Amino acid sequence: MNQQVDIKSHAHIQDGNHREKIRISNLHAFYGESHILHGIDMTVYQGELVTLIGRNGAGRSTTLKAIMNMVGKRTGQIVINGQETLNMAAHKIAHLGLGFCPEERGIFASLNVEENLMLPPKVRSDGMSVDEIYAMFPNLYERRTSQGNKLSGGEQQMLALARILRTGANILLLDEITEGLAPVIVQKLGEVLKQLKDRGLTILLVEQNFRFAAHIADRHYVMEHGHIVEEVKANELVEKSELLNAYLGV
Amino acid sequence: MTTIFGINLFALFGQLLVGLINGSFYALLSLGLAIIFGLLKIINFAQGALYMLGAFCALLALKYLGINYWYALILVPIAVGIVGILMERFLIRPIANEDHLYSLLLTFGLALIIQGAFTHAFGSSGLSYSIPEELKGGIRLPFMYLPNYRAWIIVASIITCVGTWWMIEKTRLGAYLRAGTENPKLMQAFGINVPLLVTLTFGFGVALAGFAGVMAAPVYSVSPDMGSNILIVVFAIVVIGGMGSIGGAIITGLGMGIIEGLTKYFYPEASNTIIFLVMVVVLLLKPAGLFGKEA
Repeated sequence: MNQQVDIKSHAHIQDGNHREKIRISNLHAFYGESHILHGIDMTVYQGELVTLIGRNGAGRSTTLKAIMNMVGKRTGQIVINGQETLNMAAHKIAHLGLGFCPEERGIFASLNVEENLMLPPKVRSDGMSVDEIYAMFPNLYERRTSQGNKLSGGEQQMLALARILRTGANILLLDEITEGLAPVIVQKLGEVLKQLKDRGLTILLVEQNFRFAAHIADRHYVMEHGHIVEEVKANELVEKSELLNAYLGV
Repeated sequence: MTTIFGINLFALFGQLLVGLINGSFYALLSLGLAIIFGLLKIINFAQGALYMLGAFCALLALKYLGINYWYALILVPIAVGIVGILMERFLIRPIANEDHLYSLLLTFGLALIIQGAFTHAFGSSGLSYSIPEELKGGIRLPFMYLPNYRAWIIVASIITCVGTWWMIEKTRLGAYLRAGTENPKLMQAFGINVPLLVTLTFGFGVALAGFAGVMAAPVYSVSPDMGSNILIVVFAIVVIGGMGSIGGAIITGLGMGIIEGLTKYFYPEASNTIIFLVMVVVLLLKPAGLFGKEA
């Protein structure tokens, strides 16, 4: 019951600031005994594409999972669409309009492509229709009766993305969507993300491939050892390139 | 007239029928176990006790509340399912994150408690429940006499098993179940209330045992140890079919009943052990079971 009151009071406070889609303050997250995130602060505004970049193990994926309440203990604040979600049950968070695409893609092997696509319940009313999705990803239409585990890596990634677009989620949390994919598919994903941004969706992207991210993102947060160490806007990429190289080790 | 190549067809078909009846119960019980194992990864040792509970509920409901067989067939599974839901919610869930051995031991303990309580209250000798009026009598077939109630058991259990299989393999709810089995955390992240799904699934798996109990009451004697007797065989069947395989549990349940029946005719001495022999052979040749997926 306390939780309900808490959520409402925060919603009230946040009412005036509706363009803020995700606001994270002083977030700490733990997996069992290990302390992964050490006081993260970040904000993502409506219609923005923001990336989390950094080396492996910096805490980028954990940040997305912490937003979805998929890690162990969390402290701090995670406000989504003006609602405090720290005490929310994991299955209620998606219904705030979030769509999560996990690093391992999470295609269900026992379900076929169409069943995978139709699986996540709608979280908002204005999701893409199945026809629109098949138009965006013609491969998925051709393979709609194949089992999930029979797909190529690229097809799995497209399905993982398509699946959350159908739900109407307008805040997408995407984890390493280009990892291990052929350049032509990475390019296709880049086009899809641009289209989604044009539709007004808000995207928080964890990305290893900085060249991919640099093309499409509005802002970047650089993470290291569970901290956010730098915020870089798209127009600062050139002047901060040396700093970025140092952090990313390229 | 009734023997061909020295085989007494009357006796053979009679044993086949008994085998099919037993197989129907094996299928219903192992289906419930497979559903529960699939989603919760726990082995519900109390399934036999809940089957017994179903049979006693039917008996007591008739005796004290005047609820007839047909109403019992609907109401008892609901009641037993509620017992299962309470079990899952208050006993199994608190230890769900521990090693699954603990929940196995817990359900084993519960089975002993339920069985002990019924032995205390009703004694260990069996009670009888009469066949409903509508299903008395039988049909004379060329090689056998088929009692109506026995035909009903086979038909009703096949319909229930196929219906359950269809629900799990072909509907959206079933897709939630299958996906929840594979990756419950991601299902939560998609906005599906997985703990509720788990509770309801457990309740449904247990309700199947209750249903089997009501079906069994008129043919087997209703006694506190009826569940523990059948459960060991059902576990062997689940192992043969492959842990968690829905179709495998149904087909193996019926198939093993038939094999047991045939053994009773051809070599009766082995009829109590044949299923375990099959289990040993299957484990040696295909450890994941006939319909299980190799890990």
